[in-house]
Amino acid sequence: MDETLAAQMAQLQARVEALEGAAPENRVSLVVFSGDLDKALAAFIIATGAAAMGMETMLFFTFWGTSLLRDPAKSVGGKDAMSTMFGAMLPKGAPKATLSKMNFGGMGTAMMRTLMKSKNVASLPQLIELAKEMEVKICICDLSMSLMGFKREEMIDYPGLQYCGVATFLEQAANSKVQLFI
Amino acid sequence: MSDGITIVKELDLRNLPCPMPVVKVSKAVKEIQVGQVLRATTTDPGALTDFPAWAKSTGNAILATEETGNETHFTIKRLK
Repeated sequence: MDETLAAQMAQLQARVEALEGAAPENRVSLVVFSGDLDKALAAFIIATGAAAMGMETMLFFTFWGTSLLRDPAKSVGGKDAMSTMFGAMLPKGAPKATLSKMNFGGMGTAMMRTLMKSKNVASLPQLIELAKEMEVKICICDLSMSLMGFKREEMIDYPGLQYCGVATFLEQAANSKVQLFI
Repeated sequence: MSDGITIVKELDLRNLPCPMPVVKVSKAVKEIQVGQVLRATTTDPGALTDFPAWAKSTGNAILATEETGNETHFTIKRLK
């Protein structure tokens, strides 16, 4: 009798441990696919908010989102014609991002920036600085970097900035309570 | 303040919109000891729902919420 009970206990213990191991951690994983100002603002507000809630937060930048992390102060040479063209056509960093709607050739975005300032709303570059402070992790998709023809030397300085692939994101996302695609 | 609670820190979050109130309160609460109390004043209407959500998620307690005009005062006790 005692032996079966002990065996059952051990079995239960093993099952609880397995469940605990599989339970999502207090993490948030966001895909930042869009390079639009409005969507990037949403991503960074959620990310800094999540960090404030005590959640471990990771932003995975891919495709158009990648250009948000270019450093306007840095320029690199040695690119082929296509990469140079792409680089010139895409916004050079967060300060150059435009609205996804009502941009009106830049006028709408300028109005939004003025409006945000008057309402004391943090700008995108300020939110990136805040994310740094709050230890929000950033991963940049390697494939997007090579597609857009971006070089690592032209990206912003960000502590712990990583270049990664889909598996890194999925591993993080699978262990997160919140996963969003922006 | 009421009930003999000692406020060890006053936090002025007026005129700060989302996400700054929760960001700043999360930082400030780490600067006081467990068991100590701070008071945060905000004008962000979203804080009325955001602060309780933040407290629930981080395991801290909101002892009191008082509204005066357009300002809201949160009395927050660090529990973790």
